[in-house]
Amino acid sequence: MAMVSKSRLCIRVWILKSSTNISRRQMVHEMKAIVPHLVRFICFVPIAQLAFAAYRNSLGPDPADALATGTGEWALRFLILSLCVTPFRKIFGLAVIAPFRRTFGLVALLYASIHVLVYVAFLLQFRWSEIFEDVLERPYISVGFISFCILIILGITSPKWVVRRLGRKWKLVHTAVYPASILAIIHLLWILRADVAEALFYAMILLPILGYRVVLYIARTH
Amino acid sequence: MLIKAAPDISSSEITPESVYLGRRKFMSGGVGLALGAAAGGFSSLAFAADGDGLRAAAPSDLVRSAPAQWWEDKFRSISPVEPGSAFSTDETLTPYSDVVSYNNFYEFGVEKGDPIANSGAFEVDPWSVTIEGEVDKPGIYNLEDILKPHDLQERIYRLRCVERWSMVIPWVGFPLADLIKQFQPNSKAKYVQFFTLFEPSQMPGQRSRFGTITWPYREGLRIDEAVHPLTFLAVGVYGNYLPPQNGAPIRLVVPWKYGFKSIKSIVKIRFTETEPETSWNMLAPTEYGFYANVNPEVHHPRWRQDMETRLPQSLFSASRTQTELFNGYGEQVASLYSGMDLKKFY
Repeated sequence: MAMVSKSRLCIRVWILKSSTNISRRQMVHEMKAIVPHLVRFICFVPIAQLAFAAYRNSLGPDPADALATGTGEWALRFLILSLCVTPFRKIFGLAVIAPFRRTFGLVALLYASIHVLVYVAFLLQFRWSEIFEDVLERPYISVGFISFCILIILGITSPKWVVRRLGRKWKLVHTAVYPASILAIIHLLWILRADVAEALFYAMILLPILGYRVVLYIARTH
Repeated sequence: MLIKAAPDISSSEITPESVYLGRRKFMSGGVGLALGAAAGGFSSLAFAADGDGLRAAAPSDLVRSAPAQWWEDKFRSISPVEPGSAFSTDETLTPYSDVVSYNNFYEFGVEKGDPIANSGAFEVDPWSVTIEGEVDKPGIYNLEDILKPHDLQERIYRLRCVERWSMVIPWVGFPLADLIKQFQPNSKAKYVQFFTLFEPSQMPGQRSRFGTITWPYREGLRIDEAVHPLTFLAVGVYGNYLPPQNGAPIRLVVPWKYGFKSIKSIVKIRFTETEPETSWNMLAPTEYGFYANVNPEVHHPRWRQDMETRLPQSLFSASRTQTELFNGYGEQVASLYSGMDLKKFY
């Protein structure tokens, strides 16, 4: 997918450069059209880096663990990034960034899926009984798993026709993104017991977003 | 109190590294080559051709210079480990590059790569160790004086981390029992407690405002565990000086317990009558007990303990191995715990 958007981007740029009788307005329009592709392309940089490092065997002596950590961290980052979109759009009046909420959310799901796949395939090598036991008995894995399940539901309900079909219910379903993020941060917090700085960093970003949502909700209902 | 100063050394007195290195039989670059190569592709075992050489030496391009002249003198003769003895294993060694770059040493940061990245300027000379508590010869001693009566020897031990990974590491040092004899603990000494250096200016992890460990890091052993022949004080690894990230200049190695018991960069040893505080137990008593013996049947709340990943790994290798009770040292240490419920005293 990364390659597709990159090649499309190249073609557009090439067309822009090569055509001489293009108007300025058209050009600005074309440039604007490139932005979403560019953003999508950037979203794939971390996974490309991780994959390249895995290919070169430069992830250290425990590559599966490094890959699980890396994809998990990026899943959380994109999840929080998707939550930042709406407050930014409303506060700064940036209507153009609206579609990125969906982009970042889906990218978060993608990274979370790879994270879970690495855990199942590389760390536990498909020993399902052990995986089930982990999910049921190890609280830090339980909360991570619940968060992942929520993200899957959000992903399934994100195509435009599903959004239309769900109507008003869609918004309600997608408030689940907040518990998903909180659980993801708890998941991180319980892994790193000795220093809570990283988990706290994400919590400090999430907190004002949550506050903003609560304020909006109160303003709307009163 | 006995306080001795380490002698000053002029740089001209220091033996060039090449002279020191010339003494040793090196393996033919296997470890160095294995650096970027697929795991398991190269054997990192090195066998000395004569009785004088060590079984394992660091690759020549990765060896460290001595912290001071006396360290070089100390490392001039190291008795190699006897193959086939309980102090050795013929399992494949974890390559030097992995041993010195994949570390848990939270004083230098919580990520595995943090200790090597943040400890480059760590000062290990001069170094003194305080001996206190139930002991006939308490005092603050220079490390040089502490090491003086002890000949260095090689040990090849398995190291099992509670996080479910393990390594095989050739240490250089001497038995803790010898040091304990040196300072003559009295009859009230039932336990030994160890403390890591507390120096936030040198250890960034200790400066973190969000750390949950109570510094300084501390660990402890029952006195019979401490004088067990397997219990080792390491001052070197792979025939070379201990790098800071591995616990320079002196660290504990207790091979039948989880790695966090093997405390690093020791500055204080205290003999006590009652069970001493240990850092991880203070932080999470339900997760970490005082004994922390490797036990495949007692699971940590966050990690099953019946299997382990022997490092290094590649992504598609399925080399998880069964964890053994007491990390495979049961024959030597099981008698220490006869009659004890290991599920209760985890």
